[in-house]
Amino acid sequence: MPDSSPLDATFAALADPTRRAILARLATGEASVKALAEPFTMSQPAISKHLRVLERAGLISRRRVAQRRPCRLEARRLAQVNRWLEDFRRLWEGRYQKLDALLDEMKGLTPKPKRSR
Amino acid sequence: MNLSDTFQVTLPSDTEILVKREFDAPREAVFNAHTKPELLERWMTGPPGWSLTRCDLDLRAGGSAHYEWKGVDGSGFGLRQTIHEFVPPSRMVTTERFEMGEGAPMGVQYVTLEFADAGERTHMTMTLRYDDQASRDGALASGMDKGMAASYDKLDLALTGARA
Repeated sequence: MPDSSPLDATFAALADPTRRAILARLATGEASVKALAEPFTMSQPAISKHLRVLERAGLISRRRVAQRRPCRLEARRLAQVNRWLEDFRRLWEGRYQKLDALLDEMKGLTPKPKRSR
Repeated sequence: MNLSDTFQVTLPSDTEILVKREFDAPREAVFNAHTKPELLERWMTGPPGWSLTRCDLDLRAGGSAHYEWKGVDGSGFGLRQTIHEFVPPSRMVTTERFEMGEGAPMGVQYVTLEFADAGERTHMTMTLRYDDQASRDGALASGMDKGMAASYDKLDLALTGARA
């Protein structure tokens, strides 16, 4: 398992709705800070601050094109976080499916107060 | 709707994991399945070849619970709960700490388990709260342990075979 400390930064970055919206926008392609600021009632410096958090978390990267520094999504990091959530889901859903079967079995053992379906 | 479709895991804040699920059974039955040893051992399972070897429950406000899972190689891990609220068949609030055989001790998790009627079904909400984000992320990552996830799949097969 990779060291968990950089992932702390990733989760912190993802906790903010504005940053999640920025990531959603970048999922459709590279964008400039100006373009990213447009949908929000927020100044470009404020957006830049969010971008720095995302960059530190490894969720986006920025390259230099003349005077511009367009942002792009780093899908690999996002995939790692999604995998954590997905595996946590799978673990519990495995248990709950067994619980479903158990609850069905329990219905057969106890008389029902009323018939369903 | 398929029951699995009602299953949701979300991160509502930096320090929480929120789990939601519906069950096609009355609230009493779902609550019992979460609080009776003979029922818990049927589904709150561990890795393959492992079993719930201890399930000492003193479920009441101020009570406690101690669970242990053991593997064939003698290794194991435990879970100790302090019970803050116990309100059948709707609510249980606990503080939990896992006891791992080795490695760094895990942080405390504060668990609120709630059951509500949803027509003939029961809607369950489990809120896991942690002291800080690092503890929350650690708990989330523990679900990602490769061996563990794979083993649950195998255990499903074993149980299906045992019932047939």
